[in-house]
Amino acid sequence: MIKQITVFLENTEGRLAALTHTLRRANVNMHALTISETSDYGLVRIICDDPDAALAALRAEDFRATETNVSAIEVPNRPGGLADLLDTLASLNMNIEYGYCFSSKGDNAVDVFKISGHAHTAEATFKLEEAGFKALRQEDLA
Amino acid sequence: MGAQTDVLHLSRDEIEKIQLEGIKKTVVDCYENVPFYKKSFDDAGFNPYAVETLDDLKAAPFVTKQDLRDNYPYGMLARPLSEVKEIHMSSGTTGIATVGAYTEHDLQFWGDCFARGIRYAGGTADDVFHVCYGYGLFTGGLGAHYGGLSAGCTVIPMSSGSTERQLRVMRDMGSTIIACTPSYAMHLADVAIEKGMNPAQDFKLRAGILGAEPFSDNFRAELERKLGIKALDVYGLTELMGPGVAIECLEQKGLHIAEDHFYCEIIDPATGENLPDGEWGELVITTLDREASPVVRYRTRDITRILPGTCACGVTHRRIDRLHGRTDDMLVLRGVNVFPSQVEDVMETFPEVSSWYQIELTTKNSLDNVTLKVEINPDFDFDNIGAIEKLQAAIQKRLKEQLLIKINVRIVEPKSIARSEGKAKRVIDLRKGIYND
Ligand SMILES: [Zn+2]
Repeated sequence: MIKQITVFLENTEGRLAALTHTLRRANVNMHALTISETSDYGLVRIICDDPDAALAALRAEDFRATETNVSAIEVPNRPGGLADLLDTLASLNMNIEYGYCFSSKGDNAVDVFKISGHAHTAEATFKLEEAGFKALRQEDLA
Repeated sequence: MGAQTDVLHLSRDEIEKIQLEGIKKTVVDCYENVPFYKKSFDDAGFNPYAVETLDDLKAAPFVTKQDLRDNYPYGMLARPLSEVKEIHMSSGTTGIATVGAYTEHDLQFWGDCFARGIRYAGGTADDVFHVCYGYGLFTGGLGAHYGGLSAGCTVIPMSSGSTERQLRVMRDMGSTIIACTPSYAMHLADVAIEKGMNPAQDFKLRAGILGAEPFSDNFRAELERKLGIKALDVYGLTELMGPGVAIECLEQKGLHIAEDHFYCEIIDPATGENLPDGEWGELVITTLDREASPVVRYRTRDITRILPGTCACGVTHRRIDRLHGRTDDMLVLRGVNVFPSQVEDVMETFPEVSSWYQIELTTKNSLDNVTLKVEINPDFDFDNIGAIEKLQAAIQKRLKEQLLIKINVRIVEPKSIARSEGKAKRVIDLRKGIYND
């Protein structure tokens, strides 16, 4: 289980750039950044080496930012790798709110999942590990 | 005390009888003694000698604050100065103040009216009544003072300022009821807490009669918790008397008008038409036995409504709701009167959003298009899919229920609503044909 920072941004020019500048000044290194948007605003989700510092820096500069626990799971880089993971989640009755690929190097990809409901993230991560998947921890990203 | 108690429990018929007699006397008095009224009644074709019912008053013209200013200093007086015991003035932000004059009788019923608030709070001769409204031309200090005397309390005339001394006196003298502005009450509470006191326990305060500025329900709850009091809202205007025209009882469901001294109407501020009980509009007041400065149909510019039904406290005088701002702030959107405070009321029910907001008016397909911009609070978990859309939809739905018009809700980033001097500009009007083409 790792921490993800979510930032609410209005779709106005320069806000995303301002966000990245804020994180640079706070010496935060981003591993992943995704944007989901509607016509009025966007949600930027960030995985980084120091989420607490990122959150503090963003809030200090009046960004509306929040911290969320997500599961980051290594998925074998072979046909059906992700399908296996999703099957496992389904068998555990876990619903995914959203997910995105965070990195892929060598034999494994890392996928990030937000499981519906807060309490479920820790539980989901634990059960996935039991089922033989490797889950990343915050230390792995530092 | 006995007589006062009886006055508060008169039947509707008895109250209306007093009101009709008061109106008849007042309109004739004004017509015969104040040149301004003679002219305005004549111009409007209103015959003050022909009033037979309360409804007949609707034919009388309104009086505005500007009329009072135009007759500064003594033009509105209905009695010779020899009968006037005291003068008060409103703080004239635009330069010329409005003057209120009081005969012996006027001062006496002012005290009686304010004293009702003390009684609503359960106050008796055993209470120590701490007045920290400013004393002087402003009606707050002396109005509360006369109220304290009339209720038989021990009055401490602190006036405003010197917070530490206020707190010391409050503690040492065992003040039980306080009268001041709500913001000053909060200031007292905060300073006391800063100094390591717990005012809810260390002080004997149990009630506050607070007025001269509006305060929200959330503000009231915080104040009541910090000071350990029941905070009662008091309404009044220098032009009419001062604080005490209407005061809340412990039910805190509206302010009981002193209906034996004031006749209240609610009008549509745009058309001047009378509105039925329960509908929001501008409060218009006629004094019933004011001798020195009587007023007929004074437009207060305050927005409220007459609350239908009776109050659980047993007092039979009708209630006005807590003020909903000023007519100056009113917007007419698609033909519906909307007050920014109504929007605030809705927003207060959503802990997810902050109290900063802005209403943006544009024209779309030649209709008013209203967008409400709100900021979300830091602790709102917006990461859930659809959380923001759900919040938008919920606010939009409640606004529609309360205001009867469609308002688009847009969530914006913190600080994107421009603040000046700690206040947000509440309304941006970009409609065509109004300020722009
Ligand atoms: Zn009541």
